[in-house]
Amino acid sequence: MNLSYLELGPMWRALMRNKVGALLIAIQIAVTMTIVLNSISIVVERDKMMQRASGLDEQNTFYLTSTGYTSDFNAQNTVTEDLLAIRAIPGVVDAIQLNAIPISGGGWSMSLATEAGPDVEGTGTAVYMVDEHGLETLDLDLIAGRNFTANEIRWRQAAQPDWPETVIITEALALTIFDNVDAAVGQTVYIGNDEPMTIIGVIDQLQAPWVGWNNLEHSMLSPENMAFNSTRYLIRTEDGERDRLMPIVEEMLAARTSGRIIRNMDTLTATRDRSYRQHNAMIKILLTVIVCLTLITALGIVGLASFSVQKRIKQIGTKRALGASQASVMRYFMLENGMISTVGLVLGTGLTIGLNMLLVNWFNLTPLDWMYIPIGVISLLIVGQIAVLGPARRAANIAPATATRTL
Amino acid sequence: MFGYYLRLGFASIKKNYILSLLMVVAIALGIGASVSVVTVNYLMSSNPIPHKSDQLYYVQLDSWSPHEPAREPNDPPDQITWRDATNLMAAGAAFRQTASASSGAVIEPNDADVRPFMASIRLNFADFFAMFDTPFLYGSGWTDAEDQARRPVVVLSKEINDRVFGGENSVGRSIQIAATEFQVVGVMDTWQPVPKFYDVTTGAFNDTEDVYMPFYMKQELQLSNGGNTNCWKSPEGEGFEAFLNSECVNYQFWAELPSEADKNAYMTFLNGYVEQQKELGRFERPLNNRLSNVMEWLEYEEVVADDAQIMLWVAFMFLFVCLVNTVGLLLSKFSRKAPEIALRRAIGASKQDIFYQHIVETACIGLLGGVLGLVLSLAGLEGIKLLYGDFMQNLVKLDLTMVGFAFVLALISSILAGLYPTWRACAVAPAAQLKS
Repeated sequence: MNLSYLELGPMWRALMRNKVGALLIAIQIAVTMTIVLNSISIVVERDKMMQRASGLDEQNTFYLTSTGYTSDFNAQNTVTEDLLAIRAIPGVVDAIQLNAIPISGGGWSMSLATEAGPDVEGTGTAVYMVDEHGLETLDLDLIAGRNFTANEIRWRQAAQPDWPETVIITEALALTIFDNVDAAVGQTVYIGNDEPMTIIGVIDQLQAPWVGWNNLEHSMLSPENMAFNSTRYLIRTEDGERDRLMPIVEEMLAARTSGRIIRNMDTLTATRDRSYRQHNAMIKILLTVIVCLTLITALGIVGLASFSVQKRIKQIGTKRALGASQASVMRYFMLENGMISTVGLVLGTGLTIGLNMLLVNWFNLTPLDWMYIPIGVISLLIVGQIAVLGPARRAANIAPATATRTL
Repeated sequence: MFGYYLRLGFASIKKNYILSLLMVVAIALGIGASVSVVTVNYLMSSNPIPHKSDQLYYVQLDSWSPHEPAREPNDPPDQITWRDATNLMAAGAAFRQTASASSGAVIEPNDADVRPFMASIRLNFADFFAMFDTPFLYGSGWTDAEDQARRPVVVLSKEINDRVFGGENSVGRSIQIAATEFQVVGVMDTWQPVPKFYDVTTGAFNDTEDVYMPFYMKQELQLSNGGNTNCWKSPEGEGFEAFLNSECVNYQFWAELPSEADKNAYMTFLNGYVEQQKELGRFERPLNNRLSNVMEWLEYEEVVADDAQIMLWVAFMFLFVCLVNTVGLLLSKFSRKAPEIALRRAIGASKQDIFYQHIVETACIGLLGGVLGLVLSLAGLEGIKLLYGDFMQNLVKLDLTMVGFAFVLALISSILAGLYPTWRACAVAPAAQLKS
């Protein structure tokens, strides 16, 4: 195909005779590009957020709450016996009592500092109270130091303010406080301003309960069981055994002790869905918008191009009669569309960046990756070319004889 | 003439039905997206208690650490301590006032067929019911005297009354909550303010609580803390009392102040109270107390989610693209009709007639788009409910205002979209068109 640049001049002038129509398409393409690119940027950001692992064996983990309600309820005995009974069930890998469920939205946080004192700046971390079965149940790997031993585990009473002497922290937390994982083991950190805890181990990864928190990877394990009337158990099962074991564990616990109810039993996968639900919803809504918008813009191009072909039937016939090939007629419409699209996409690049700056400013979104702009421009150019293909082909099929007829 | 133009309009729509369909669908999609997103935003930012929202004030006291503010840049915590809540209640300086908190406990129904279950609890004072105009099905709230005497009385929600007493009038009967015998004094009718303004700390669109009981029951029964508990220093000493009397905040406080003068007087009272506490070694930060009325408080707590606002922007831009699309298509369509228009002009139709004829045609497309858009927005709201689940269930109800809004939006946007193409159609010069 020999593209003559001389063609572009008359084409542009022809376009200028119907400025408004062309301008409308250009505007439509520009705004479409603005919405689509900013939406995709949000979708990618949310998707990345949802892909983060919690550190647990999510597929095979569930939890439930046991609430004792009679005045003679013995929390300490109940917890001890419950755990023994759950761990004895075939198919259960391990089970613990736990004060908060990772990525569930509700939990405890404390601040750890390397020095004692009220005005020392600390690092925020989620607190998980576990016994020596914590690592196995939560599927955590030690990367330095050691696990808790059974006699390090103490009983925390309701409203007890002090802390145990030892602690295990996540790698991310160790790196934030000490810049070095190995240097962390054996160090002392201060919790609640002035209570010392010795770091005895560092684990690979465990997320905090709050998925929107900046310090999501900051977690610490505190060696204690809780003598609370209302408490949670987290149970890890063998592969594929979770759904079978859930009702068994629930019934076993309900039958074991009177004066308590078993409630809020749920899986970690359902918890993840719930915690990320609004992000998942946003992704789906924005994707729907992107598809609808692209379709409408494409159909708009088809409609307008069809009109302009119909309007120019005589001219096209004349052109063909004077020797223009079918290919050159088609090329004319494709090029015309390319020209309009280019104007729209230049405008759209400006608008995209502008809107993105506003969004970043108002809603603290991550700025748009610049790579999106060339990708968006090329994609929308292709969409425009595909949309105009039909009308252009119809134009090319106009018989030269049409020129001789009056409409 | 209107009937005739209507017929002409429909004839023209039918003639190019694929194109007309495209315009109708485009307008409908734009309207549907806008109306459903506007509905969510409208309900999120709606006034939950319009007749007295400017007389109800949320109290914030800056009891936080001398080393850092509770919230940047220098905002007081969004809840207050047990000590301050009970002190402010004892002072009783406002027309009406209530401290409030959330908790939970097990209810053991007398009926052996109904199993014990966990219920959410709202702890509050007698004024709560009068301040927030809660509707009662049976009985009423409790009295100040019952608050002071720490009587185990309870107001049930309709749902709990249905569950435990089968929906009968249960006033005067007893119910076992947290291993304690309570006497029912009232049963509330369905009450779900949107947003749930009186406590937004764990979500502004949550359901209201199952039962309401006197605030001091927290201390009497050692009920657990619901919602968020924030502390800047550890409790001094062990046990429940030490925790209650700590600097941890977990309580909301509302005051009803009917006039501006009352508000100023109450602010003076609060400042005096804090000065007095400073002498006891508390409140080490500079004086920084706040009174916010309902709408100011909801704004401060940013109850309208960012995502909803982003979607609002996207929806309006989407509608804009749909309209531009329609303008373009109408323009082409009307320009094709130039010979017909010229003929009508030549045989005597005035420019006004032509304008009238085409604006009717445009309005038809707009109305069709509006109706379809309304259906789409219902579908959109269902979709939002499906995607968001519980969080959105109180926010996806299409009311008459929104239906009206959808129609006005559809009509205005399609007429706006039709105005320019119609004007261009009127400008056709009859002679030039008729020559060929």
